[in-house]
Formats: sequence, C-alpha cells, structure tokens
Amino acid sequence: MRNPFFDRDIISIKDFSRSELEYLFSLSNRMDSLDREKRRNLGRGKILGLLFFEPSTRTRLSFEAAMLSIGGNVLGFAHPRMSSVEKGENLADTVKTVENYVDVMVLRHPMEGANRFAAEVASKPIINAGSGTEEHPTQAMLDLYTIMKVKGRIDGLNIAIVGDLKYGRTVYSLIYGLSNYRTRIFLVSPPQLRVREEALFNIGDKIKVSEHGDIREIIEDLDVIYATRIQRERFPDPHEYEKVKGSYVIDIDLLKSGKDDCIVMHPLPRVGEIKPEVDNTPRAKYFLQIYLGKVIRATLLASILNPNPYALF
Amino acid sequence: MSKEQLVRKIKEGTVLDHVEQGRALQVLQALNIDGKNGNIVTVAMNVSSKKLRKKDIIKIENRFLKPEETNRIALIAPRATVNLIRDYQVFEKRKVEIPDTFVNVFKCPNPTCISNSNEPVSYIIDAVRKNPPLLRCRYCGRLLSPNELI
Ligand SMILES: [Zn+2]
Repeated sequence: MRNPFFDRDIISIKDFSRSELEYLFSLSNRMDSLDREKRRNLGRGKILGLLFFEPSTRTRLSFEAAMLSIGGNVLGFAHPRMSSVEKGENLADTVKTVENYVDVMVLRHPMEGANRFAAEVASKPIINAGSGTEEHPTQAMLDLYTIMKVKGRIDGLNIAIVGDLKYGRTVYSLIYGLSNYRTRIFLVSPPQLRVREEALFNIGDKIKVSEHGDIREIIEDLDVIYATRIQRERFPDPHEYEKVKGSYVIDIDLLKSGKDDCIVMHPLPRVGEIKPEVDNTPRAKYFLQIYLGKVIRATLLASILNPNPYALF
Repeated sequence: MSKEQLVRKIKEGTVLDHVEQGRALQVLQALNIDGKNGNIVTVAMNVSSKKLRKKDIIKIENRFLKPEETNRIALIAPRATVNLIRDYQVFEKRKVEIPDTFVNVFKCPNPTCISNSNEPVSYIIDAVRKNPPLLRCRYCGRLLSPNELI
C-alpha cells in the first residue's frame, strides 16, 4: 500500500480509513523491531515543532521521545508563557512563523477547532495533539494499536468506555476510531457526563452502542475496559462528585466478576479510577499504552516525513 | 390600508416575500445588505398575509439576487419567496433552499470554538441534514439546531 500519511495533516481520526490505520499498525510493528541505528534514518535532519498553547507534559514528552527515536530534532514551546503568544500573537501568526524552522508541527490548543484552522493556515503538516474537548487522534491511534497488539484483533470485541464521556477528548477520537471495526461499545458514565450527541450522530449506525450508568451491569461481557478520568471540577456540588466517583472505580473485585482476559486501559493521568492493586496484574495495559504511544507517534512522524518509509529500513 | 399602498411596487430588483414575521433585519444582515451602495431598500414588517398570519417583506431595488445569495437566508426565512422584477413584472420566482455550507451567516454558539477567537477565521457551518435541518460547525464539530443559530 502507498504511504497514506506522507505530507498529510492529522486533525481527526475520522479522516482515516481502516486500511490506512492498518498501514500505520503494520509499519509500527516493523519500527518496533527495527535496529536503533536504522530507525534513526527515518527522521535524520528533520525537525519537529512543538506548539503547546496549553501544557501537556505527557503528550509533549511522547512526541519528543518519538522524534528523537527516529533521529530527528525538536524545538518549540511547552507553554504559552514561554512564547510570544503571551504578548498577544495569535495562532495563525505563530504557525506561519514556526513553520519556517521545522518540517512538521504538533499543536495543542485550548480552543475547539484550533487544529483544523491551523492546518488551513499552515503549509507544513499539522498533527493535532488535542484542541479543547474535541479530539486527540494520535491517542486513538495508540489505543487501537494497543488493543490490536494485546488481543490480536479489534473486530468482535466488547469495549466499555467509562467515566467522563462528555468532556474527555480521548473518548471522541476512540469512538470514531473503533467505528471502523465490528465492535460493540458500551458507554458507562454518570448521567451528567454522558457522551455528547455529536459522537453518536457521527458514527451513525456503523456499530452498536449503548449507554449505561453502572459498569457492573455489563462487566461479564467485556473484553476491554477503557477508563477515563472524572474531574472534580465538572461537578458544581462536591457531594455529587463523591457520590458518583465510587461507581466508576476499577478494582480487582470488579475484574474478578468479568472475563479472565478482560484488559484495562486508561489514557492517564488517573485520579483513582483504577486502584493501584490492578497495576501489577496482567490485565493492566495503561503503561503499555505509553510505550506503544511513542512507537505509533514515531511511525506517524516517519510516515509524514518520508514518501516511502519502508525504503529506509 | 392595502399592501400596495404600504409598499410601493418597484421597477427593477428583488422582492423577498413571505419572510417570517420580525426576521427582516436578520435577513438583510445575512445578505450583507446595509444600504451603503445607495440603492433603495424598503422593509415592511408585520404585514398581513393569507399564507402566514403576519409576514415581513423586503424590496431591494436595482439588484438581482442570485440563488447562492438568497439561500443564505434559508434558515432565517425558510418560507421566503424570491421575486425578480423587471419593468414592474415578475420575471423569475423561486424558493430558498438550504445550502451545503453557510459562510459568515451565523456565529458558532460555542464560546470556546476557534471561530469565536480573534484569529483571522470565518464562521463555517455545514448542513449535515436538510430536512429537518441539522447543522455542524466546521471547526469545533458541534452539532447545531437552527434555533441555536438564529
Ligand atoms: Zn464551532
């Protein structure tokens, strides 16, 4: 298959087909097994620009590690305080400035749609690392890749997405990504944090989705539990938060009532949604997600930068 | 007082009839008609009508609005009829249709959408469904009903 990512913006996971995602997964498998030195050929002499208008240490480190692993360099800012943005320069001017120094840019911004706008303005490819509550496509790519690695398939799996489904940006990208496969999705959240209407509209009737208030209703059916953080700030009344928080905690007791090979994923950071006692069981895959996140981002960067990355192996 | 007395006939131009009562000014805004080019624009509001209980009428002299212009008002005045007049006679009559995309007609109601920032960006709202109408902001992806826009 021709490399579908060369010189392309990565704005929404919805822009990518199943076969394009699978190109990325199989190239990632090759990347992961590649000799360190050879891997460095893929980004040699290239520069990644980081434009973080909102801090996110995890995502930024992952992209930096990815770019360094393919032999490239990184420049940019990790927080608007560290840039001319603080002096009132807008996003459009910042993008048009930084693109003179780099080959590809990663952008995180607090406003929804900022990445789509930046991609219109920029002549170099833009990778969306999160805009507002909207989408986080590379997180979804790494989530799908993790499921594929661990389960050997995505088709036919029962997947629960649990927690703050309204504001959690990883949730939207994951739902859209999963809708390329024959999966069954269970959305589990407190009523005030149910998924926004647009998610269900956008996937139409491609896959079967149902909404639930308690994970215990469905635990026996699940192959994957994808937990997300429920933030205290979302609840005007702290008692309300304390009340719902407990219903969405993943612990060993809960997992015992489900399938033996049901895995637990989380985009991290967590605030108590998964008890630490789960960490050392083979079900915990959230640290594997971090590792595979670096691999998939390295592959993505290599594919954006090189017309035929396989030729460099 | 008859309608003819209230709003005189025009010789050349466009008459927007059956505009929803009270929406005439919004229609002018959507059409970017501000009167600055000197042509006569007549607005009649709360006119009695058989079809609607009350309606607004707009007469724009010496301008023939194209479908892509009048379709900008399809959500504001869905029942509007467009009459093109030449020498006091209607030579073309048409309805308005919801276009695939509205550019700078409506603001996105999401305050944290990039289209509501000080960036050099347009308001782009796509019609993802026409009957009944359902819209989506091109930037933030928010689904929007016509009520949220008008
Ligand atoms: Zn918007």
